[in-house]
Amino acid sequence: MAIKQISVFLENRAGRLWELADELGKAGVNMRALSIGEAADFGVVRMIVNNPDAAQKMLTDAGFTVAETDVLAVEIPDVPGGLASVLGALKDSGINIEYAYAFVARVGEKAIVSMRVEDASAGEKSLVDAGFSLVDAQKLYTL
Amino acid sequence: MSKIWNPEYEQISHARLEELQLQRLQWVVKWAYERVPAYKQKFDAAGIKPKDVKKLGDLARLPFTTKDELKEDYPYGFFALPMNKIVRIHSTSGTTGTPVVVGYSRGDLNTWAELVARIVTAAGVTEDDLAQISFGYGMFTGGFGLHYGLERVGAAVLPASTGNTERQIRIMRDFGTTTLISTPTYALHLCEVADTMGVDLRKLPLRIGLFGSEPWSEGMRGEIQERMGILATDNYGLTEVMGPGVAGECEEQNGQHFNEDHFIPEIINPETGDVLPRGETGELVITTLTKEGFPMIRYRTRDLTYLMPDECPCGRTLVKMARVLGRTDDMLIIKGVNVFPSQIEQVLTEVEGVEPQYQIILKKKGVMNDIEVNVEMSEKFFPDAMRKLVEFERAIEARLQTVLGIYVKVNLVEPMSIERTGGKAKRVIDRRDA
Repeated sequence: MAIKQISVFLENRAGRLWELADELGKAGVNMRALSIGEAADFGVVRMIVNNPDAAQKMLTDAGFTVAETDVLAVEIPDVPGGLASVLGALKDSGINIEYAYAFVARVGEKAIVSMRVEDASAGEKSLVDAGFSLVDAQKLYTL
Repeated sequence: MSKIWNPEYEQISHARLEELQLQRLQWVVKWAYERVPAYKQKFDAAGIKPKDVKKLGDLARLPFTTKDELKEDYPYGFFALPMNKIVRIHSTSGTTGTPVVVGYSRGDLNTWAELVARIVTAAGVTEDDLAQISFGYGMFTGGFGLHYGLERVGAAVLPASTGNTERQIRIMRDFGTTTLISTPTYALHLCEVADTMGVDLRKLPLRIGLFGSEPWSEGMRGEIQERMGILATDNYGLTEVMGPGVAGECEEQNGQHFNEDHFIPEIINPETGDVLPRGETGELVITTLTKEGFPMIRYRTRDLTYLMPDECPCGRTLVKMARVLGRTDDMLIIKGVNVFPSQIEQVLTEVEGVEPQYQIILKKKGVMNDIEVNVEMSEKFFPDAMRKLVEFERAIEARLQTVLGIYVKVNLVEPMSIERTGGKAKRVIDRRDA
């Protein structure tokens, strides 16, 4: 089950991330998870938000370069070795992870990790087959 | 194929042209010598009198005229007529210091309109066209120069001038503009703004573009033609010798026919001043043959180009000048290699996923000059994966290295973050003092 992630291209200059956060705040968009990847001169901010479609439109209108990407959100046991167990399932299926980041929130005893894999449906299958639960989109947006 | 505005001169025989050029050269040399003290001094210092010009080859013996000399005699030192015979004054922008001020007699304005009529006709414009002039009207020669030439052809002129891009696009859409006159940079800006307004320029009656006043590339031409659905032609002129109308492309889009009955073009080695054979690249030098108000003898344009030896299928016999490759003073020397902004632009227009909007940042690395290029990402092309973005930057760097022969760091920047203006884009930012 795919989760909609919002990615934003940002030039590496002072205040630009603030401008992004400020726009989201003014529009009442709440972030569920956030990750920032950086190269020398630019960065990509990836977010799971409570209202991805509205966030994408609003950011595009505000002049940001935005992409919507499907990612998988997996519940993992919040114990040492928890992440390794999930990654093991993907490794055994030969699925490469492009990037992954953890959620701020926890659901009960579980932590959540969001990941982008090469082949989403194969990735989902291998995780479900290995006994992991994918988080429902609606549940995630309203955490 | 479109018609030829003035077949008598645009299809003149070589022998007749040489005869006419010599007669006019002898006139202008005498005219300038007798009326402009600066020319008299220069000629006297070189030991040449107007009567020494006996054949066209004697042109090479005359001293050059430089922009610095025109600036020294600011504002009216090079005027060959008193103000009661001058009916129009234009000037350069003065972005590099003192502007150059030029004056036109009534006869000069008549010639100017005639020569612009030739180049717009060569591009395919007729009396049926609606021509939107998105060049600045003012001291800049572009707006008024095209204006009177287009009127002479009988086209309906829309003097839109620069700025208010959304309004420009509404005029194009609602008035049914068929011909656009602007800088190539501004044409691309119009495409971008039209996109945001949801206007598809390809579906409008727009069919011809005449672009000039800054160097551009074949790649940029392709991009403009594709996004506007038009035939985009190049034309050449400069304030010091007249303005637009000096040379212009025909529909073959392969070189700009030089109005040789009114101007003699020469290509010289910019370092030695020697005249180069036809086909070799060097600095363009222009002598005006009929200008009364502001005659120019061997004016060094600082534009780098070459004269094409081939005959044109369009039937015009006037020599063709290649696209301006750059300016002698735009040339950057980076790690001992000559680099022109136009080469960088050509590479960028061939890369999918970037806008041909760029800025060259000139820096000091130790004692050497170094450049970085800021390139705008395209809105439509944004791979979410960091790795792809970095690979993309590397790919552009590799292309630049192949073309330029040196490594140039590329920085991806956000769309629309490089400033667009109605006039000439500022492509080089000098941070060597920073």
